[in-house]
Amino acid sequence: MAEFPSILPAAPEIFLACSALALLLLGVFRGDGATRLVSHLAAASLLVTAILVLGHSGARTYAFDGLFVVDGFGVFMKTLVLIGAAAVVMVGQGYAARQRMDHFELPVLIVLSTVGMMMMISASDLIALYMGLETQSLALYVLAAFRRDTQTSTEAGLKYFVLGALSSGLLLFGASLVYGFTGTTNFEKIAAVLTNAPRADIGIVIGMVFMAAGLAFKVAAVPFHMWAPDVYEGSPTPVTAFFAAAPKVAAVALLLRVLVDPFGGLTDQWRQIVTFMAVVSMILGAVGAIQQTNIKRLMAYGSIGHIGYILLGLAAGSELGVRGILVYLAIYLVMTVGTFAVILSMRHQGRPVESLAHFAGLSRTHPMMALVMALFMFSMAGVPPLAGFFGKLYVFLAAIQGHLYGLAVIGVLTSVVAAFYYLRIVKLMYFDEAPVEVIDRQDDGIVTIVLVGCGVFTALFFIFPVPILTGAATAAASLFAG
Amino acid sequence: MEIGLGHYLTVAAILFTIGVFGIFLNRKNVITILMSIELMLLAVNINFVAFSVYLHDLVGQVFAMFILTVAAAESAIGLAILVVYFRNRGSIAVEDINMMKG
Repeated sequence: MAEFPSILPAAPEIFLACSALALLLLGVFRGDGATRLVSHLAAASLLVTAILVLGHSGARTYAFDGLFVVDGFGVFMKTLVLIGAAAVVMVGQGYAARQRMDHFELPVLIVLSTVGMMMMISASDLIALYMGLETQSLALYVLAAFRRDTQTSTEAGLKYFVLGALSSGLLLFGASLVYGFTGTTNFEKIAAVLTNAPRADIGIVIGMVFMAAGLAFKVAAVPFHMWAPDVYEGSPTPVTAFFAAAPKVAAVALLLRVLVDPFGGLTDQWRQIVTFMAVVSMILGAVGAIQQTNIKRLMAYGSIGHIGYILLGLAAGSELGVRGILVYLAIYLVMTVGTFAVILSMRHQGRPVESLAHFAGLSRTHPMMALVMALFMFSMAGVPPLAGFFGKLYVFLAAIQGHLYGLAVIGVLTSVVAAFYYLRIVKLMYFDEAPVEVIDRQDDGIVTIVLVGCGVFTALFFIFPVPILTGAATAAASLFAG
Repeated sequence: MEIGLGHYLTVAAILFTIGVFGIFLNRKNVITILMSIELMLLAVNINFVAFSVYLHDLVGQVFAMFILTVAAAESAIGLAILVVYFRNRGSIAVEDINMMKG
């Protein structure tokens, strides 16, 4: 008789999936009146799951007969995803209530897609990868169209659905070729086939390219970025905040896992694709944002640029590069959650506003909010000694150690261009006249706490960088150990 | 002539390409896009089943079952989004999906 497969390493995922179902039941029985309670419980269960994840030793363990792997890399990434998701659930609740979109499905869907993300990060087999990715995506399609009574939100949902399904199709086509030419769907066995073969089979290379293209869609790297600005702009702001934070981290984690783990033997092949995507993402992220007047759209182009820097670290193809990416992701997550906390509290007479013009004169009407926002903008632009500078520093260091001098130069140049639009917001807040339409006072306690927390992290990262640096180093090492 | 792996892969590749072109070249109707997505996924299924038989390995067929299941869920969600979109916009023509640009 076959041995019962070990499921213990997947305990955090199982816990989170069960709590999502429990929250769903609670919501169904209590109705929309219980949304606040469901939100708080969702955030709590996300944080409890993060504690469960951190309880793992970080040694590489398999579950479900090798379909599911837990290692230091997974622990690091899952912690980031869970913290990001919990922060977004808490910050978004007030906004959702004010906009009368506080249906209990919102936190439940966020938790469900987080379960998918955790499965993606821990996937060790093409089937597990696909199932995790789809669990995440199906929930995200619904989230994008969550304001089902507005045109923009449903249009964002439709666009995201079509392009998301297309990217899943590309990924699957690649997966089928990889399966056919290696004879297995297991990551370890694929890696073994590649190391034993004298020369990589062209079928495997084509499969790998298709899979990389499908994953590039999910991280919104140019030339597969076209959905990002529309979806960011159209989705309700709490959902946009979630899109910018958690799925981005999870998709980057999956990209790293797939390219380093099974396709580590094809590094020379995928480096060309990743280098190309890094260059065009950095350039488009910098240039595309310049003319934007909507803050959410601007954040979308900004995030495309950030993906460019992350791919720059991946192009180095070394443990150092992956460490740089992990540090970058941690810092990016905090800055993004903080910036969206500011955007979520921007409203005029109770109505949310998204235009850049509303930032004008913010330093006079809301000095503290302007200060925190300025901090995030300087940090995103990469001004030392704020956190964003160190994120870029470690990525560039890895690129230079990998002798990618041209790439590093392009990266520095585009970050100068990107500084233009980040600093323009600071200029608007500090040097422009306040308009007639003044933004309402911020009176949401949780938002204030998150803002202060993110602000303190961004400002003081250079004093206490060690926990994140060592965590990222261990995680990167565990990815390459496999 | 015996029909071998190569033929199956060619058919799958052709179907997949038709699916991709159906998404990008279609200017009329979103329903066509949903059909194109199905076509792509089914092309992938042909690939998996053909490889599975060729390799004498069941994993490919298991994968195909998973894809079928997920594709059903995906179309359900796609159609639901399409219905709410139609309620707001009153049209499902591809060229009308242009509220946001730039």
